[in-house]
Amino acid sequence: MDRATHCPGPSMSQKQEEENPTEETGEEKQDTQEKEGVLPEKAEEAKLKAKYPSLGQKPGGSDFLMKRLQKGVWSTISYPLTLEPKALGMRSVEQKYFDSGDYNMAKAKMKNKQLPSAGPDKNLVTGDHIPTPQDLPQRKSSLVTSKLAG
Amino acid sequence: MIPGLGALTQDTLWCFSQLKGTVEIGATEADIISTVEFNHTGELLATGDKGGRVVIFQREQESKNQVHRRGEYNVYSTFQSHEPEFDYLKSLEIEEKINKIRWLPQQNAAYFLLSTNDKTVKLWKVSERDKRPEGYNLKDEEGRLRDPATITTLRVPVLRPMDLMVEATPRRVFANAHTYHINSISVNSDYETYMSADDLRINLWNFEITNQSFNIVDIKPANMEELTEVITAAEFHPHHCNTFVYSSSKGTIRLCDMRASALCDRHTKFFEEPEDPSNRSFFSEIISSISDVKFSHSGRCIMTRDYLTVKVWDLNMENRPVETYQVHDYLRSKLCSLYENDCIFDKFECVWNGSDSVIMTGSYNNFFRMFDRNTKRDVTLEASRENSKPRAILKPRKVCVGGKRRKDEISVDSLDFSKKILHTAWHPSENIIAVAATNNLYIFQDKVN
Repeated sequence: MDRATHCPGPSMSQKQEEENPTEETGEEKQDTQEKEGVLPEKAEEAKLKAKYPSLGQKPGGSDFLMKRLQKGVWSTISYPLTLEPKALGMRSVEQKYFDSGDYNMAKAKMKNKQLPSAGPDKNLVTGDHIPTPQDLPQRKSSLVTSKLAG
Repeated sequence: MIPGLGALTQDTLWCFSQLKGTVEIGATEADIISTVEFNHTGELLATGDKGGRVVIFQREQESKNQVHRRGEYNVYSTFQSHEPEFDYLKSLEIEEKINKIRWLPQQNAAYFLLSTNDKTVKLWKVSERDKRPEGYNLKDEEGRLRDPATITTLRVPVLRPMDLMVEATPRRVFANAHTYHINSISVNSDYETYMSADDLRINLWNFEITNQSFNIVDIKPANMEELTEVITAAEFHPHHCNTFVYSSSKGTIRLCDMRASALCDRHTKFFEEPEDPSNRSFFSEIISSISDVKFSHSGRCIMTRDYLTVKVWDLNMENRPVETYQVHDYLRSKLCSLYENDCIFDKFECVWNGSDSVIMTGSYNNFFRMFDRNTKRDVTLEASRENSKPRAILKPRKVCVGGKRRKDEISVDSLDFSKKILHTAWHPSENIIAVAATNNLYIFQDKVN
């Protein structure tokens, strides 16, 4: 059941007349490119292999996907240390923390860098008194309203 | 122009309408928009960002005085949907980034939407309050308890009008059901269930039940060493509540029917385009990974987006797509550097217009592309601050691949790969589009004559 709408077509009418001459030469170029169509990708592959000779033979294989799944999953499978995570097709490796204390330390360091003016006293609950929720450092430096809503 | 048939004879000119967000060069990462979605009537537009916040815009009523301007979108509500969490068991942070927002169809005065981060789905209720009770017996106007000894008469509270307040409350939290990162959520046409999909599994939920979900797809192999593909996106059929599709990192789509069995590991249909083995390269599988799959409004087709193309598939033909559109084929000769800077893993989304006649998807350099399926014409437009004057008509852009560069063209090497348009949305019935460019939201409309 098609919805009743009023539908667009892309705006090309004005531009097309000017661009026709170029389009022809563009098409010519495209023809030659199609003949060598395979080459751009293969050329890029050769470039990559030249830079990373240790690149695995099966890039789409389980190593690649396992790394992708590693984000967020504690795994007991060990990987050969010689292969960079990047070469396996992994996006930026998520940082793992040893435990929650390690995590809180890392966040505190980041927070101090971002807000140098914040008083150190506010961040530390050293045991002088029983902490209340207001005393504890927030994981996020501040819950700011989105700028889209501004 | 006859509505519903598409503009076969008349071209549409797209104009700038609104720009949300700031210009700051050092905009924080939390401001990066991660999802955009219109609701079913187009009255509301929701965005989610990396900071876990949701902002909802509402279209203002069109006034008779301003015929030249269709209703603009203004902020209606904003709330913190998800917060960063720490998984103590795995010693990993759970990002608060909103991966997807999906609206429920409106059934009463309140609006409902689902929002999800990597691990938890939440059902939010957004409602308006314009009256409040005044004159309580036991509380005074500030809410403090009155001393019972001072109460000598009985009074009944009355409702009095107040300034409109829009409140967002989390009504359901669906947690602890996904080991891997959630990439998709989809509301079923029965409006009672929805699904959430992660890399290896898809779960079916009932909106009323938060402590259980059914697992309907599980592609995790017994031995993880044998893993060859992951689920990248999933969606329910718009009309048939038993049918859904999911796409994979290998460029295939599976359609499943929940009537066939409780666990839909065996697909009903399998969509795959055969590949010429001589064309295969290191990048082939990576660029064939489908980043988004969307049913057409009619339910007869699905559209998939992989790194370089958008494809339209007819549900009745599994062996190849019926249409293939090149989004930015000139990137084929840049794959090596795109792999090195991770851009080759960017997940672009794609959308249909209301009548399924035009499809849209994003690219780099803040370009986005539209393809008219009927006329076979396409256009490249840009979301930029320079073209942000009210009602300014967007000029088509062109990328030149080599040789002579004409004055208005941009060469492939000059493209800014940090400016990527991954998320776009199209109003369900009108020519209004929302385009997310990093931390800015652009709204474009077609020219009103």
